[in-house]
Amino acid sequence: MSGPATGKIRIILPPHLRGLAHVKGELQLEVSGTPTVRSVLDALEANYPMLTGTIRDHVTQQRRPFLRFFACEEDLSHEPPDTPLPDAVVSGKEPLLILGAIAGG
Amino acid sequence: MSRVRVLVGTRKGAFILTADGKRDKWKVSGPHFAGWEIYHMKGSPANPNRIFASQTSGWFGQVIQRSDDGGKTWTQPGTPPGEPTTGPGGMPKGESNKFVYDTSAETGKPLTTHQFYDGSQHPWEFKRVWHLEPSLTEPDTVYAGVEDAAIFRSKDGGKSWQELSGLRGHGTGPKWQPGAGGMCLHSIILDHSNPNRIYIAISAAGAFRTDDGGKTWKPINKGLYSKYIPNPTAEVGHCVHHIAMNKKRPNVLFMQKHWDVMRSDDAGDNWKEVSGNLPTDFGFVIDVHANDPETIYVVPIKSDGEHYVHEGKLRVYRSKTGGNEWEALTKGLPQKDCYVNVLRDAMAVDSLDKCGIYFGTTGGQVYCSPNAGNSWKPIVRDLPAVLSVEVQTLR
Repeated sequence: MSGPATGKIRIILPPHLRGLAHVKGELQLEVSGTPTVRSVLDALEANYPMLTGTIRDHVTQQRRPFLRFFACEEDLSHEPPDTPLPDAVVSGKEPLLILGAIAGG
Repeated sequence: MSRVRVLVGTRKGAFILTADGKRDKWKVSGPHFAGWEIYHMKGSPANPNRIFASQTSGWFGQVIQRSDDGGKTWTQPGTPPGEPTTGPGGMPKGESNKFVYDTSAETGKPLTTHQFYDGSQHPWEFKRVWHLEPSLTEPDTVYAGVEDAAIFRSKDGGKSWQELSGLRGHGTGPKWQPGAGGMCLHSIILDHSNPNRIYIAISAAGAFRTDDGGKTWKPINKGLYSKYIPNPTAEVGHCVHHIAMNKKRPNVLFMQKHWDVMRSDDAGDNWKEVSGNLPTDFGFVIDVHANDPETIYVVPIKSDGEHYVHEGKLRVYRSKTGGNEWEALTKGLPQKDCYVNVLRDAMAVDSLDKCGIYFGTTGGQVYCSPNAGNSWKPIVRDLPAVLSVEVQTLR
């Protein structure tokens, strides 16, 4: 599961957050160290400060309840945030998906 | 020539409607922040081109937006791109969308509990900003009324927010409870004649006043009668829907309560009912004519179980006597098969010589009367459900 800190991580945001961050399509971010959900979100917020607080709580750093993390057809939402991301995400073959719950709206 | 700028928050974005002083031909811009709930937008009286907006989502949380050019462009006041978003301790820095209750030993209050829907005690949890009230004199100062109920203040143009914790922690908090829309602080009124005096209202706790700039607060609910709480005349627990004031007479307040339209002539210390001949005294909005402090407006809603206008008729009721005697204003408004609601922050008045009245509906219409309510025209008919309406008079 682990991989060296080399390539860029591909991230797909939900549409509302793409609008807020003024981006189209998927993002690619350099992540230092072993890529994990936490380190990817750290890099995401550093590059796009407007997203701070929209994916995880400002203070507790807990994932907002209506958001989920998926990669390689697996649900990573309930993994500890320092769990290394799958190799396919680290290599850039697969993206990390941040999805909003399909409810109401 | 004078102009007006109407700021409309909806379930799916913000819209800005502009016209000259005739208020006949309108230009519509938007949606801004498409897809997001815009609970409220309001311009700074000290710098009318500065507008604050509360952009919120049950999925993604709270965002504060600010425009410094009258709504043409928007930014989030806060950390510029490229700067680290966390401080040395790993905690996030003070981005504009960060609202954290003040529990510090120096200025804060313990994060206690409030009453939940089922009567149990429930911890305070920040959910969203319902209302933004810019300072009357300082363009960088703005107040925010939030859910769960508290008041915050920014002194740096919305970059960072500090709670005025004397309200949440003043002692009656465990008796506050959420209304159907949540436990929200939805009304903030600044007193033009006294910079230390602020009124707020919470659903469902009641109205409160500070006379020392927000350090200490007291409930001002004497005279309210709410049959849906165990003690109908309790000090707190009343579901106040909105309060309004004419700046020329700052001691006179008007209130649309869950049921009952109320009036106070002594800065909220005592209230009396002025529902008079209204067909129903349930409702959400209430506002006061800008030039005549005895002329007030409400939109009666059928009941607490049926949140739409009475008898399928959209009628604004006006009292020119400060309450009790009401007349229906219907010219230009649908008088059959209409079942919209008008939410608590969705009515506003301009300050032109011929006072304009504006309101938005859950059906997406925004109506304007350029003649104090005598006749109405829709500015737009098909927006998403309207959450809030404010108007700026630009000279």
